[in-house]
Amino acid sequence: MKILGSEITPYKTYLNRRKFIKGSLASAMLATITSSAFANHDSDLSIYTKNLNENDKLNSYEEITTYNNFYEFGTHKKHPHLNSGNFKPRPWTIKIDGLVKKPQTFDLEKILSNVTIEDRVYRLRCVEAWSMVIPWQGFQLSELIKMAEPLSSAKYVQFVTVFRPEEMPGQQKRTIIWPYREGLRMDEAMNPLTILATGLYGHEMPNQNGAPIRLVVPWKYGFKSIKSIVEIRFLDTQPETSWETLAPWEYGFYANVNPNVNHPRWSQGTERRIGEFKRRETIMFNGYEEEVAHLYKDLDLTKFY
Amino acid sequence: MFSTRNFNRSKPVLFILILFPSLLWAYQFVTGNLGVNPIEKLMDELGLMALRLIIITLMITTLSNIKPLKSIVVLRRMIGLFSFYYVCLHFSTYIILDHFLDMQFIIQDIIKRPFITFGFISFLFLIPLASTSTNNMIKRLGFKLWKKIHYLIYPVAILASMHFYVLVRADKTEPVIYMGIIILLLLHRIFKRLTRPQLAQ
Repeated sequence: MKILGSEITPYKTYLNRRKFIKGSLASAMLATITSSAFANHDSDLSIYTKNLNENDKLNSYEEITTYNNFYEFGTHKKHPHLNSGNFKPRPWTIKIDGLVKKPQTFDLEKILSNVTIEDRVYRLRCVEAWSMVIPWQGFQLSELIKMAEPLSSAKYVQFVTVFRPEEMPGQQKRTIIWPYREGLRMDEAMNPLTILATGLYGHEMPNQNGAPIRLVVPWKYGFKSIKSIVEIRFLDTQPETSWETLAPWEYGFYANVNPNVNHPRWSQGTERRIGEFKRRETIMFNGYEEEVAHLYKDLDLTKFY
Repeated sequence: MFSTRNFNRSKPVLFILILFPSLLWAYQFVTGNLGVNPIEKLMDELGLMALRLIIITLMITTLSNIKPLKSIVVLRRMIGLFSFYYVCLHFSTYIILDHFLDMQFIIQDIIKRPFITFGFISFLFLIPLASTSTNNMIKRLGFKLWKKIHYLIYPVAILASMHFYVLVRADKTEPVIYMGIIILLLLHRIFKRLTRPQLAQ
């Protein structure tokens, strides 16, 4: 299977397009009907759809931004959309530390001026057995890792979400241990499929989807794709991750999409694609087997789930 | 003091009030107004309603111990049967809409996933309760046997709340509240038995 949607857009063109969409968004706002603002994101679909697999259809902007798991804003799917209005994603910095040449803090704008923003249309498969197809804009994580200059002893990368209980009402309650943490093995982090996303549908990343910058690892369950990242640490041992710490019998460090390894609460054999009536079969590595299967050839995936 | 007549009079209103959500959700489902994942939403709403009605059914027995509310017990059958109605809708949504009658998958799901096992057993236990809910049945079985059958409401309530508890990934406040209420109601019944030993014999 081919890498979906890897049409490269120069950052300037991307910014211009974003401006254009913003402009049309603003005029749509004047019409005061939010649904017409959503419709605007669908006007330019060919940019994304031409890279789509024939079995996949893009989910709408509305679907992608009103049905989210982002417990920092509440545990219901609609909470992130409803409760994220006070979150301020700018200005933003990312702290780089651990096993690197020189620990430092990058300004997000500085990172963005050094990378190539691309369109990536990816399937997103949640561990809860639903899925979507999302047109992200972002850049390869490997680009940032190169800027960070990790030492050769670094074998893992850990990511940390921002902790701002005053802006993220879900964090005022100890539903999970804050801040949210995730991790990848270095080779997973360097894989060309792994991106840091800064937008979707040509629009700046909405707060409820992990503004201003989030990870997207399309062959793993959605909870691996950590949102609103403020810190990236390079380590020589496997880092703790939030869900694995909370319920190790349910969630593993790897969390690769795998229809053959069941979760105690959800069969992983099938999934509901948001917008579709009948369930579909879940595919190994969420359909990215060709690109990532080699990473796990020496690993027993039933043990390291 | 509320009389049996007061409670009986409230029945038609209660009937409509409790039936209404199911009609509303069905309408919203058909017209595409149940959100982005309508099957999940429908199943969650129906299941939550069923669990709440089971708890209310248990509460009615406890409330009827309070003198002025003694007659409230005349509402118990209707609400109990409504909880069965919502459980049936919840279960049908699961097998028809969610899994399209893929029986092999559903049987595996029931066996392998504890939370579905709890819910399914709870549903099975409700069947004898619902099917013996007529005056005629009480006569035919005799009150003692009938009452024994209806003790099944306790495992039904416990299993249903566990079904909900296990389903929730984090922030289990709501299922814990329901479990707490069920435990309190059960403790009250045990306490009542222990403090009236002569009557029990």
